[in-house]
Amino acid sequence: MVGIVGYGSYVPRYRIKVEEIAHQWGRDSETVKRGLLLQEKTVPGMDEDTITISYEAARNALKRAGIDASEIGALYIGSESHPYAVKPSGTVVAEALGIVPNVHIADYEFACKAGTEAMFVAYSLVKAGLMKYAMGIGADTSQGAPGDALEFSASAGGSAFIMGTDGVVAEVLDTFSYTTDTPDFWRREGAFYPLHGGRFTGQPAYFKHVLGAGTEILDKSGYKASDFAYAIFHMPNGKFPLTAGKKLGFTKEQMEPGWIVPLMGNTYSGSSPTGFSATLDIAKPDDLILLVSFGSGAGSDAFIFKVTKRINDVRDKADKVKDMLENNRIYLDYGEYAKYRGKIIMND
Amino acid sequence: MREVAVIGCGMTQFGELWSTSLRDMFVQAALEAIDDAKIDHIDALYVGAMTPGLFVGQEHIGALMADHLGMSPVPALRVESACCSGGMALRMGCFDIASGNSDLVLVGGVEKMTDGADVTYALASAADHDYEVYHGVTFPGLYAMIARAHMHAYGTTREQLAAVSVKNHHNGSLNPKAQFRSKVTIDKVINATMVADPLTILDSSPVSDGAACAVLASMDVAKKMNVPMVKVIGTGAATDTLALDKRKDITVLNAVKQSAQAAYTMAGVKPTDINLAEVHDCFTIAEICIIEELGFVEKGKGGFFTEQGHTALEGTIPVNPSGGLKSKGHPVGATGIAQVVEVVEQLRGNADKRQVKNAKIGLTQNMGGSGASSVVHIFRI
Repeated sequence: MVGIVGYGSYVPRYRIKVEEIAHQWGRDSETVKRGLLLQEKTVPGMDEDTITISYEAARNALKRAGIDASEIGALYIGSESHPYAVKPSGTVVAEALGIVPNVHIADYEFACKAGTEAMFVAYSLVKAGLMKYAMGIGADTSQGAPGDALEFSASAGGSAFIMGTDGVVAEVLDTFSYTTDTPDFWRREGAFYPLHGGRFTGQPAYFKHVLGAGTEILDKSGYKASDFAYAIFHMPNGKFPLTAGKKLGFTKEQMEPGWIVPLMGNTYSGSSPTGFSATLDIAKPDDLILLVSFGSGAGSDAFIFKVTKRINDVRDKADKVKDMLENNRIYLDYGEYAKYRGKIIMND
Repeated sequence: MREVAVIGCGMTQFGELWSTSLRDMFVQAALEAIDDAKIDHIDALYVGAMTPGLFVGQEHIGALMADHLGMSPVPALRVESACCSGGMALRMGCFDIASGNSDLVLVGGVEKMTDGADVTYALASAADHDYEVYHGVTFPGLYAMIARAHMHAYGTTREQLAAVSVKNHHNGSLNPKAQFRSKVTIDKVINATMVADPLTILDSSPVSDGAACAVLASMDVAKKMNVPMVKVIGTGAATDTLALDKRKDITVLNAVKQSAQAAYTMAGVKPTDINLAEVHDCFTIAEICIIEELGFVEKGKGGFFTEQGHTALEGTIPVNPSGGLKSKGHPVGATGIAQVVEVVEQLRGNADKRQVKNAKIGLTQNMGGSGASSVVHIFRI
């Protein structure tokens, strides 16, 4: 049995409400909330970045896995906000966790699906028998240009998953990836904020790939939507995942635990992995869970997991996503938010 | 002048056609029209397009479409008059045949608006750049000013504006090629996302891709062919100031009035003779002003007239049975020819669930900018 032996997430304490951003730009907050189904989003603290978020999530995953970190043979971080263009995030995290030097490290980038890529490769290496444990992390301090629709959603957070064969809490039953060259959202080298194709990011990008991967993995595995306890779809806003899930035959109840976007925002590479982590927090043994990510450019990775009895032993060993989202919040006004996100031009 | 008939029509689906290019949309509509007309050649091609240069970086589309259609070296010309480029292409095609120069002419319209261009900027190039656009006004803003002025001068209500959208969405729900086939209510229109007060997003035509084509023939040639003929009995075009502030009364669309009068005179018909009309409802207020200028109702009463159902499919003068720009979609250069496609289908009796009863004479009105150019055609079966 190959699957997840430990999982963990991290959500920054800082928040900004949709009303605050809408007010700043003269937008009607009710229209935005109704259109995007968002309430607030997480904001990284001034000393937080993809590396610190990855580290915190990885520590929580290690707590649940209960393994010696040095046994991890590979660590991969998927993000579109790696702090350095050249210099890996993974080395810093691996060093901090104490798993260097006998470890393979790589940083991944594939817009919002880099996290599930890291998970897929980590899973594949363990399945191939090349190593005992491998860790895949999805984390971001997402970028959204001031005044852009993305600013209402782009948030911060991430999740880490340790793959292994002993002490599995969620077995990987199947995977499927669906990829095409579809330029719906991009950020050129050196550009501070991403650009996107507006409505092109919907039907021909998000829905084509999420529904493509979702349909294919259901066909391939032989499962029906009703066989699953839960399903998680990438959450660029509140509406898209619910629409996609409904088209695949899932109910709101199946999606609710992983539908964290109204309070979390879109944590890009950390989005669907953190929705999955929140679902594991409440899942029961034998539950089937479908996870479908989406990354612009574009592609989707789909996973089918089956939860094991060990979930009951590990879930309380680290902070749960819902608790992190609903407690200990510090709300920022737009000025503070602009400072925290480095949107103010300083004289230094 | 020789008489002209429409002997074939074709049109793509209107909407966000992400996987179809400018040229492919045009060829799809053109081949459908050519098949419908049962012809194997054309003598000339006129393509209406507002600004393919700004939308997709492609100018010189007369020759491009002739080539892609496999019709080179046929003479081909791109016609531009902002959003009434399509209607003007039809007018040029009519003149080509009427003059005796050509027997068979393909007229078409096409626009690819969803390829990543800044649509508001591209469309604003049809307004007066120095006196309007430079100062920040957009088309929704200009039409909102017309709406406010109409409400102030004539007591037109917010509900009456919405009634245009409700009616056109109802008609569009019956049109398989329409971009939006959903029905809306007065409340939904009024409470939709505000674009430019008082106009909401459901008062506004969408951003669309699409193409439409029609084959024109001289009557003597058409009579020898075994295809249904719809005669073009009137054409009229007129202009007005580009800038709204240069007009004495912004609720008056004088180019519409003048173009209609010219077409009525040429056709020898009166507004009361018209059985159905396809008009340029880029915003709900536009349809209200247009039906007044076309003489379907006296000035100032367009809102009441619409609210009372006179322009509905079963009304005294059905307006926009296709769903209009609002529901069918508005790929700007294609709109003028798509209107012709609808009128021809109606006059042929092929409009299925949205068929207007006893349709013998139909009118199309296509407009550029905030009414700075207008072209009207009248057709008879």
